[in-house]
Amino acid sequence: MDECGLVTIELTLNGGCVRLEVDPGERLLDTLRDRLGLKGTKEGCGEGECGACTVLMDGVPVNSCLVPIVQARGKRIETIESVDRAQLSALLDSGATQCGACTPGVVMSAAWVMQHPELLHTHGLRELMAGNLCRCTGYDGIIGGLAAAIEAGLARKSEGEG
Amino acid sequence: MLSEAGGQATLLGGTTDLFVHWPERMLDADGVFIDLSGVGALRAHRWEDEALVLGGLTTFWDIIQDERADREMPVLVQAARTVGAVQIQTRGTWAGNIANASPAADGVAALMVRDAVVELTSCDGIETIRLDEFYLGYKQMRLRRDQIITSIRVPRQSCSVERFIKVGTRQAQAISKIGVAIAQSQAGWRIVANSVAPAVCRCRTVERALDDRVPLPHVDALVELLGSDVSPIDDIRSTAAYRRGVLARVLYHELAPLCEWVGPQRGAS
Amino acid sequence: MRSSRRREGISKLTGQERYVDDLTVEGCWWGMTARSPVARGRIREIRFGRGVDWSEFVVVDHRDIPGANQVRLIELDQPVLASDRVRHVHEPVVLVAHRSRQMCRRAIREIEIVVDPEPAVLDYRIKPTPEQIQYGPDNVFKHLRIEKGDVDRALASAAHVIEGVYETGAQEHVYLEPQGMIAGEEDGVLVVRGSMQCPYYVLNALMHALGRDESHVRVVQTPTGGGFGGKEDFPSNLAVHAALLALKSGRPIKMIYDRSEDMGSTTKRHPSLVRHRSGVDSQGRLVAQDIEMTIDGGAYVTLSPVVLSRGIIHAAGPYACENVRIVGRAVLSNSVPFGAFRGFGAPQSQFANERHMDRIARTIGMDPAELRRRNLIRDGQTTSTGQVISDGTDRVEVLERALCRSGYAQKKEECVSFNAAHPYLRRGVGLAAFYHGSGFTGSGEVYLSSCVDVAGLEDGRIEIRTANTEIGQGTLTIFATIAAERLGLDESQIVIAEPDTARVPNSGPTVASRTAMVVGRLIERACDDLRRTLGLSEADTGQRLRDAIMKWWAEHPDTEPVGHARYESPPGVLWDDQTYRGDAYAAFAWATHVAEVEVDLRTFATRVVGFWAVQEVGRVINQTLARGQIQGGVVQAIGWALMEDCVWDDGAMANAQLTNYIIPTACDVPSIDVEFLENPYPHGAMGAKGIGELPMDGPAPAIVNAVVDALGVEASAIPLTPERLMELVTHG
Repeated sequence: MDECGLVTIELTLNGGCVRLEVDPGERLLDTLRDRLGLKGTKEGCGEGECGACTVLMDGVPVNSCLVPIVQARGKRIETIESVDRAQLSALLDSGATQCGACTPGVVMSAAWVMQHPELLHTHGLRELMAGNLCRCTGYDGIIGGLAAAIEAGLARKSEGEG
Repeated sequence: MLSEAGGQATLLGGTTDLFVHWPERMLDADGVFIDLSGVGALRAHRWEDEALVLGGLTTFWDIIQDERADREMPVLVQAARTVGAVQIQTRGTWAGNIANASPAADGVAALMVRDAVVELTSCDGIETIRLDEFYLGYKQMRLRRDQIITSIRVPRQSCSVERFIKVGTRQAQAISKIGVAIAQSQAGWRIVANSVAPAVCRCRTVERALDDRVPLPHVDALVELLGSDVSPIDDIRSTAAYRRGVLARVLYHELAPLCEWVGPQRGAS
Repeated sequence: MRSSRRREGISKLTGQERYVDDLTVEGCWWGMTARSPVARGRIREIRFGRGVDWSEFVVVDHRDIPGANQVRLIELDQPVLASDRVRHVHEPVVLVAHRSRQMCRRAIREIEIVVDPEPAVLDYRIKPTPEQIQYGPDNVFKHLRIEKGDVDRALASAAHVIEGVYETGAQEHVYLEPQGMIAGEEDGVLVVRGSMQCPYYVLNALMHALGRDESHVRVVQTPTGGGFGGKEDFPSNLAVHAALLALKSGRPIKMIYDRSEDMGSTTKRHPSLVRHRSGVDSQGRLVAQDIEMTIDGGAYVTLSPVVLSRGIIHAAGPYACENVRIVGRAVLSNSVPFGAFRGFGAPQSQFANERHMDRIARTIGMDPAELRRRNLIRDGQTTSTGQVISDGTDRVEVLERALCRSGYAQKKEECVSFNAAHPYLRRGVGLAAFYHGSGFTGSGEVYLSSCVDVAGLEDGRIEIRTANTEIGQGTLTIFATIAAERLGLDESQIVIAEPDTARVPNSGPTVASRTAMVVGRLIERACDDLRRTLGLSEADTGQRLRDAIMKWWAEHPDTEPVGHARYESPPGVLWDDQTYRGDAYAAFAWATHVAEVEVDLRTFATRVVGFWAVQEVGRVINQTLARGQIQGGVVQAIGWALMEDCVWDDGAMANAQLTNYIIPTACDVPSIDVEFLENPYPHGAMGAKGIGELPMDGPAPAIVNAVVDALGVEASAIPLTPERLMELVTHG
């Protein structure tokens, strides 16, 4: 969007400090994809409905298509590029991805839930994942894989403690 | 800044509404955007003796995460959990829900049912106004262009009943076709409906009937009372007939177990 | 057998997969489309406003088309860009390109297409007036007819005659990746890369509209984020648009639809209206089925004739009946052309049929499961086209498994007591028995004459070359499994060639539940041919095969060893396209689905609380992928049945946003229980039949049947939204 002058912002991206020039009118999604070349985050609708562009901002999932880049100043942003492959085998085995277009967003939401199993005291998995539309799997592959991943995570944790 | 902008400024809060289809909408956007997100003081909410005070940037998720809110004001948590999905709840703010003035605002219904008061700040000072007196019509409200919502006070009166029921196009990630918040406290009954009038509104005729224990033996009795409280329309999400009928049915079935004067056998006696 | 992991799974889960919008091309400009504002009319003028500097843009209209201004498909009636007339809202008229996407958006707003409106057909169900005629004498794109036995005589002597009318609405695909293409000239060859199901369809469309031969056009499929039929025909249109801009500007052009443009202007599932008149005897046996199916084709012919064909062939359901008459019509309307969508007419006609079976059961006082049990085709009996079914599948067993797994009989009883006690919730159980023909209809596969190559690479690995695409359904994984199994190799030794028309033969489109069964079988045969080429026997596998390939390369350094296969019809499969008699499909997959619903009489919202899907699909090549196909299809069908409602306003989709066109979230659907009964099909790869479309056919009628069971009202149209259900319950 070559409409306005550029401004300089700083943010923490996937653990590292980033300083870059942005158009104040652009979305976090545009910055990630077009300025930083992080193409893993997808645009599915541009209206905050499908969740394909989900990233974590200060540790919670947001739709990056609805975040003005100026609001990402000083924030901690984590994208699909930061996700540890080892976390993903349960999702792979359960058939959580088919066409893959919703998948990066699904994985970011899932990764957040995996980091915060305490969310399950108040929320069900389906409610936590309701912000990610998937047209291929019917959700069983996603929910089943996430449940398995959480269980494996808890098991690892208790082994570690034991 | 707001007064300098000559009343043309748009405030950026959670931007879950403003940024929808943004690249296209940006073509129509002119004037000044003022980002509030850097104003840290606006984010936190606090519990005072008399009230829960939400900041101008307190998000739905902030309240969903607060166990005390879940205990003391479950209607807020219930409503917040029906707003979009997590990705919207983490960004959407209560104040933005109010200032956006959508008739479908679920958060507004929950706040209004608990007699919330809005605090508006400008260079000229602070003004407070009850949320149920805040809206004047469709997207019309008592908020000057030089004012911002700095906090929302939700009185900590205890309610014997409080709940929010949403009828959406689907179970999650939906805009309300109908929403209704119900509460009863020392102040009496409160019934607040959204998506059935130009703005979120109290259904005062129904409230009075409940306070006066007027027998409501069947759904039609509520349909009639609601006729003077709400004025639903046909739109892309639903129909006026559906909204009118379903609001009455939901209310009827929610109230029947709570009020001995609502329901068939009671009305008949 | 063990399910192989999805080959590109980790790449997708880690966000490494590169879709067309993720590709960066040096010097690339953006392309965008200016569209008709009205449903029908004559273009008077195109005005270019002063809000942008037009010298910065490249602008294309119909005069820039070097070949024919026609989108090549079954007929040639659809223009690439409208010249003098428009036939639907959002019909493309002018294309613009600029280096900035935002400037393109601005430019589109500056283009005013002035159209003198003409009388439009906005409801396909109403007979058109003379002023509304735009195709042939009566706006009918296609008439088809199936006749078996003597329907009128059978109806006259039937114990009961039951009639019903059923309707289904348009459905938007909502593939999560919107349509997108990049086109550019590379060394005199126009190369188009993009999201698509059928590279050779796109290639043929480009050759036709650009007036180029095959050596000057190349089409490459990029990883495709969902298709469901929506990327079968439509990508041809977008590819030609991108190509026209690329040729005129001399630069690569990227066109990516945003969601609203995609939903507003691309194809959808055909709406349908089906009338049934059935005769049954005193035992509940079908003695006559008289069926009339009308589908809304939209503004141009596109694929409507073949959608209608599959629709009517499936219209009588998986039942034995000696007297059947099915009349089908596809008619024009001035809405966006309706196109391919998973199931391709069969979900529409089987919705009607399975709803009608329940109506029959209620009318004669028989349990719906028992009615189906009595009528399901037994081996040796025939379908409506006279096709003798003798595949050895026990269709009654499929039904019984579904009843047993779901606890159908007990659930029915529980619902009755639950409903008597609850103030406003009502539960019900419904089922649907159905089938789906695998592969192209009739002689379609013979005409396609698909080819597959399997090559031995210099390093000893095997490369499979087909034009069939991975669109999420698992093509890459099952192709690798099929070849590895056939050749006794590890799957890591199998390479799947990128679908690039310059490199792969035309193995036909990725549609019609044909990829595993038909193309997979060609891979097996090409593997065998490769062994022959290498002088090996069928017993030679694994290391011996690899050694033979290495030896070949040592001896023939300039010639690659390649095995070929071309489609041959399985023996005894005969079809007469004139009379619509014979073997409509080489094989059918069979299924029974059971749905349990809960209707809230406060809100009239229907929730599917349980779903059981039992199907016989031949041998299952990969359990995880197959289950994913069923679960995904069921959920897509739940959306179609209950919530997905295209709202039309003067021929335009008024709710072309994901906020207002509602598809199911994880919260809206239950876990889908899946069981496969496996009866290997001898002419499909590893014994497989088609699977992808089958799960779209049954859930909608099963769900609506369950709603009828819960409430006792005869619902006959979908989507059965709460608003419609309230109308039915309160006004009948």
